[in-house]
Amino acid sequence: MAIEVRIPTILRTFTGGAKAVDAEGATLSGLIDNLEANHPGIKERLIEAGDLRRFINVYVNDEDVRFTGGLETALSDGDQVVVLPAVAGG
Amino acid sequence: MLAISQSLVDEIIAHAKRDHPDEACGVIAGPEGSDRAERFVPMINAAGSPTFYEFDSTELLALYKQMWDNDEEPIVVYHSHTATEAYPSRTDIKLANEPGAHYVLVSTREHGNNPGPVEFKSYRIVDGEVTEEEVQISDQVSTESEQN
Repeated sequence: MAIEVRIPTILRTFTGGAKAVDAEGATLSGLIDNLEANHPGIKERLIEAGDLRRFINVYVNDEDVRFTGGLETALSDGDQVVVLPAVAGG
Repeated sequence: MLAISQSLVDEIIAHAKRDHPDEACGVIAGPEGSDRAERFVPMINAAGSPTFYEFDSTELLALYKQMWDNDEEPIVVYHSHTATEAYPSRTDIKLANEPGAHYVLVSTREHGNNPGPVEFKSYRIVDGEVTEEEVQISDQVSTESEQN
């Protein structure tokens, strides 16, 4: 069983328009590498200097990963991952 | 062009005046692909700042899950400027991640929390390009509007 990853509109150019894709990984970091293998270019939009980009939110089972260990957040089959860019500005 | 009802314009302006001098922010959701601004959803500015806004991350997820359940999308993303004109800042442009949305800017710099006219403008922001667009306000009272 895989992990479903919800893809925001702005990143669907990397997933052929798909709103959600399946991926695998024991941690969020591994999952993002797996996403990158199947959807080249997406990793750079999520990660900067080895960490999640400041204005990208990732949720695992509705928890913001900033509060659950960031890229090291552990994942299990059946987890639901949501990627949402921050809605922010000045 | 942004087509929007007078009642939704009033809701956005009331929110901006209420939160002045901090920036106010929110969305108007509508059926996916319809370009119809229908459901008013004011959001908390987690930054609580006169120069920055950011949707609270928990509220952001709740909002999007609700929109997915309803087959909606953000038709309008609005926020206020409280000391400058109603034009997207460099930060607004850099962080604009909804290429399909109308970005509405209001400026409360003239009257703050008090009654009085407010600049109300709409823009498209796509790949760093800002295009101002016409705002067509209809008298029709929105029945879908609700407080969050």
